[in-house]
Amino acid sequence: MPPPATLADLPLGATGVLRDLELAPTHARYLMELGFLPGVRVLALAAAPSGDPRVYRVDGAELALRRETARHLMLEQAL
Amino acid sequence: MTACHEPPPVAPATHRTARTLTVALVGPPNSGKSTLFNRLTGLRQRVANYPGVTVEQRRGRVRTSSLREVEILDLPGTHSLEPRSEDQRITADILGGRMPGVVRPDAVILVLDATRLGRHLPLAAPVLALGLPTLVVLNMVDDLARGGGGVDAAALADQLGAPVVLVSAVTGHGLEAVRHYLAGRFGAPSRVPLPVLQNVPACRLWASRMSDAAAYRAPAPPRWTRRLDAVFLHPVAGPLVLLAVVLGVFQAMFTAAAPLSDLIEQLVTAVGAVLVAPLPAGAVRDLVSEGVVAGVGSVVVFLPQIAVLFLFIGVLEDSGYLARAALIADRTMARIGLQGKSFIPLLSAYACAVPAVLATRTIENRRDRLATILVAPFMTCAARLPVYTLIIAAFVPDGPLLGRAFGTRAAVLLGLYVLGFLAAVGTARLLKSTILRSDRTPFVLELPPYRLPTIRGLGLRLADRSRAFLTRAGTVILAASVGLWLLCHLPLVDGRPPALEHSVAGTIGRSIEPAIRPLGFDWQIGLGLVTSLAAREVIVGTLGTIHGIEGDATSVGLQHALRRHLEPAAAIALLVFFAFAMQCVSTLAVVRRETGGWRYPTLLFGYTLTLAYGAALLTRWALG
Repeated sequence: MPPPATLADLPLGATGVLRDLELAPTHARYLMELGFLPGVRVLALAAAPSGDPRVYRVDGAELALRRETARHLMLEQAL
Repeated sequence: MTACHEPPPVAPATHRTARTLTVALVGPPNSGKSTLFNRLTGLRQRVANYPGVTVEQRRGRVRTSSLREVEILDLPGTHSLEPRSEDQRITADILGGRMPGVVRPDAVILVLDATRLGRHLPLAAPVLALGLPTLVVLNMVDDLARGGGGVDAAALADQLGAPVVLVSAVTGHGLEAVRHYLAGRFGAPSRVPLPVLQNVPACRLWASRMSDAAAYRAPAPPRWTRRLDAVFLHPVAGPLVLLAVVLGVFQAMFTAAAPLSDLIEQLVTAVGAVLVAPLPAGAVRDLVSEGVVAGVGSVVVFLPQIAVLFLFIGVLEDSGYLARAALIADRTMARIGLQGKSFIPLLSAYACAVPAVLATRTIENRRDRLATILVAPFMTCAARLPVYTLIIAAFVPDGPLLGRAFGTRAAVLLGLYVLGFLAAVGTARLLKSTILRSDRTPFVLELPPYRLPTIRGLGLRLADRSRAFLTRAGTVILAASVGLWLLCHLPLVDGRPPALEHSVAGTIGRSIEPAIRPLGFDWQIGLGLVTSLAAREVIVGTLGTIHGIEGDATSVGLQHALRRHLEPAAAIALLVFFAFAMQCVSTLAVVRRETGGWRYPTLLFGYTLTLAYGAALLTRWALG
């Protein structure tokens, strides 16, 4: 199975390291201010009953993102 | 009661001999900034909108131990001073002294959540860069200690070049230090080297160096929150809990608030009767007893619903559950272009749009908030029910449809609920693809740890909301009800009010008859449409007055009279008209108050009227 490429692919309970935010600069900035920075470890913590949005723990905070956003947050590929 | 004038949004501080000092409260959302504001100022607050925008301006006064009055300005929560949203632009402009009419603050209190310093401390960089004296308040230190975390305030103050105090705004711990700061000289601005502000990772790195030097240890993730979320976000249990909460809110608004509203109305009438007793009988006494007293009644009648809804929302928000409810509802709401936080306000609009519009405050995104405000009046509120009941009883023959329990009348009523809901969905989509087209800002919902709400916090919120409603919307509602009463009782004939059909309102009813003729309505319905602007159900009483019959929704005599005046197709058209039309000055007043101007209420009124007229015309044509 290929490793998860984006935050949206990260299985619940798993941790990934952010590599890049493939979003418009202002939107990327907004998410970075909230803690979604390249190099930061993100834990996929929980999901809404419908599976979307999902809750991520980053930097001690719990933030929910919709799939449409999370799939633009690229993860480091472990070697 | 005289109309109370709201003080101008900007305090003219210049005419004082010694200028009142202004201190701005700055902090990220959920940092406990507003709790601190409430704690410091108590009930000495003023709330206004910045001219022309939805952003609220909150000011409060503190008398310090040095007997100096300090004005505290609570700025909108933000993670940075980049002018990305309306809120952030206002925060940045005020702090930079670029806001016309607002004096640049003399000092800043930066409020940060001590349990999330990693995310909150980066805001210190642009705030310190303002060059204003700054007090850094680390809030929620009790939670920090409970989670096994800690921070050395003196070391952090050293690093930041600004005083740091540890506070728990909820319990009041450490507030003396903040008051002490307000009483003294604010000190010099910080002179420490700061990172390049536009570079988020650099600010982060700077912040983590600062907190490392202050021996900051983040608290362990709250275990209770995980356990509760295992239930509240569970695929099966989660939606069930949400359903139970929703039913609870609904039940409370209908069963607890409604009798209270009746009680208050009776109380106002009784007090009014005592007040007018000394006046000589005549037109003036009628104006006071029927116009003014009834007008006051039409304002305070909303208070129980507002109180009940905000008590619930307060408990939900302060406990942290509101964010979970928004998370569960988000998928569904996203389909119609709204978001999870629109859910509770829209739901409460089924009871009444007035508290629902006030409840949209929990939505931070301005566009989403406006869209929610503008669709809320389509939800079938309780005031439509007497109208629906009367017309359905008069024109829809009762017959079984799905067994005895669900007959034709119930089906029509359900249809009207569905109609309102569909109009709301369609309008939401229309708004989000036109004037409120989203800039596709990613939807981010922060899930705070669960906490026990405090009585004090809930009480302050209730007082704050009720007062804001009474002073800002209540005055407009009162003026409108007195105005409508005058329309119904002027011009005087031989010093006595005319029969309703000869009043100004009657004349208006007659003069709009050509316009409503295509819908099958005569001038009597027209008059009812005018008076129902005060509140939708008023049309029932008006029709009763015109026909000289006791006007109540179950009156058989009134049903007979209506059948003589309305063809069945026109009656159904009237139902459809009421499903869409914005026949409620109270809602318009609240929308004006919440959106900071007449622009959106005018838009709302025009749009719903057009829709109502078109749909009613179509209905009559299809059935006629």
